Amino acid sequence: MCGIVGLYLKNPELDARLGRLFVPMLVEMTDRGPDSAGFAIYHDAAQPGRAKVTAFHPDPGFDWPGAAAAAERAVGQAVEARVADTHCVLESGADPAALAEALEAQDQRLQVVSVGELIEIYKEVGTPECVAKRFRLEEMTGSHIIGHTRMATESAVTTAGSHPFSTGRDLCLVHNGSLSNHNNLRAWLSAHRGIRFRTENDTEVGAAYITSRLAEGRSLHEALEDCLGALDGFYTFVAGTRDGFAVLRDPIACKPAVLAETEDYVAFASEYRALARLPGIDGARVWEPEPATVYSWGGRKHAA
Amino acid sequence: MPPEVSATNVHTLDLGAMSLRAVNAELQSRNGTGERYHYRVVNPHGAHALACGLDAALEVEIAGNTGYYCAGMNKQAHVEVKGTVGTGVAENMMSGRVHVHGNASQSAGATAHGGLLVIDGDAGARCGISLKGADIVVKGSVGHMSMFMAQAGRLVVLGDAGEALGDSLYEARIYVRGSVKSLGADCVEKEMRSEHMAELEDLLARAGCRGVSPSEFRRYGSARQLYNFKIDNLDAY
Repeated sequence: MCGIVGLYLKNPELDARLGRLFVPMLVEMTDRGPDSAGFAIYHDAAQPGRAKVTAFHPDPGFDWPGAAAAAERAVGQAVEARVADTHCVLESGADPAALAEALEAQDQRLQVVSVGELIEIYKEVGTPECVAKRFRLEEMTGSHIIGHTRMATESAVTTAGSHPFSTGRDLCLVHNGSLSNHNNLRAWLSAHRGIRFRTENDTEVGAAYITSRLAEGRSLHEALEDCLGALDGFYTFVAGTRDGFAVLRDPIACKPAVLAETEDYVAFASEYRALARLPGIDGARVWEPEPATVYSWGGRKHAA
Repeated sequence: MPPEVSATNVHTLDLGAMSLRAVNAELQSRNGTGERYHYRVVNPHGAHALACGLDAALEVEIAGNTGYYCAGMNKQAHVEVKGTVGTGVAENMMSGRVHVHGNASQSAGATAHGGLLVIDGDAGARCGISLKGADIVVKGSVGHMSMFMAQAGRLVVLGDAGEALGDSLYEARIYVRGSVKSLGADCVEKEMRSEHMAELEDLLARAGCRGVSPSEFRRYGSARQLYNFKIDNLDAY
């Protein structure tokens, strides 16, 4: 099972309401994924020349200011830390890869979940409603957001095993389904593209594959088209980049998906009921995305 | 015949105020009574299994989009959805009529034995899978594997059909006006004879398709190589 929801605002006037619009979508998918939930949100651009690193530590009392200070010494540049429950967003002008490494070197249980100018990822064990409350999702603003509610079948119920996954700057992927060739592809991406994997999860391999294609100059749309040839298994994917949003289903299309589009937004869900409370949904174009077909939107501008 | 409707017996059921179970129980309370009621269901908000298991000459209008298995197992009732439907609309319908104004998701009309399913928009993959005698008219296009293992009944598609149409087909008949991406195993194009023109004309009329001529369609059916077909058993379908 598992539930996926995504909301890409075409009209920046709605940005202030992104969290409020999204919470009911995520909570409606509790039946499909009651054990953990997560979301990737694109907002609060880092200052020019700086990047944001989102990290989590399972201990809610973890000393984030101490970790930020230690990281500051390691990278030799100022690091600003903003704590949100078990997560922390650290912004710095330092090389984000070096910052991520400096953070993870301090504590084995500390894990970096996203890196980018706009992306922040939050995920936790618990019902979608609890997870949304812990991170005060309702108050968040932004341009687009992708969420996941998990019913674990293949690996343990842990924060690290929750979605979304990110393996590249400002890239995130959520996945409903299971990939069957992820072991080979993980080994190939490690050996030939130098990608470091943090989990045994198949979705992380999908995200890494998309990252590798983007790094070779492919657009998000093209990178997802490449997935059709490279990935074997069942998948409905929703992917986000700093200014884009895309959907792909495998050629068999067993995993559910519904898209809705108005002049103001594009919304995705595993089931229509997650979209039912969006403004203007009654006048929206509502359809089931076709199998093996990439749908993408892009070009969202962000306030500097 | 459609139920007679008068202003005195139109009932509004609000899913914003009532539970799904209460709405379905109210609709099903007419089962077997012979009463001709007209219900209007508002605020469906994508609810699953709405208006299922009806067995009365009801007129049910659903004002909005619904979730999975809408109007499943329908008998006698006329269910009209003024919106889109999720997976499995009118699955295992026995009789009556289900009319979807918008698009339908996968497996529309799956295993339906009788009645008429009309979809004004597109239907997703596996439309009419394992159909057992119902008629389906899709005014848009249908997705891949439509009519997979369909045994009896008719599918009419005014638009295009996706990959593997009619795979492992038995004695169901398929009419497509647009293109067919590919035919499934044991599905072949067949001659449009006068009896097919006549049945298609009737189906189009019942589905309210105007300005569409049966001569614009091609007929597809089983090559009868995959199952043990005996002409003596044809009446069984």
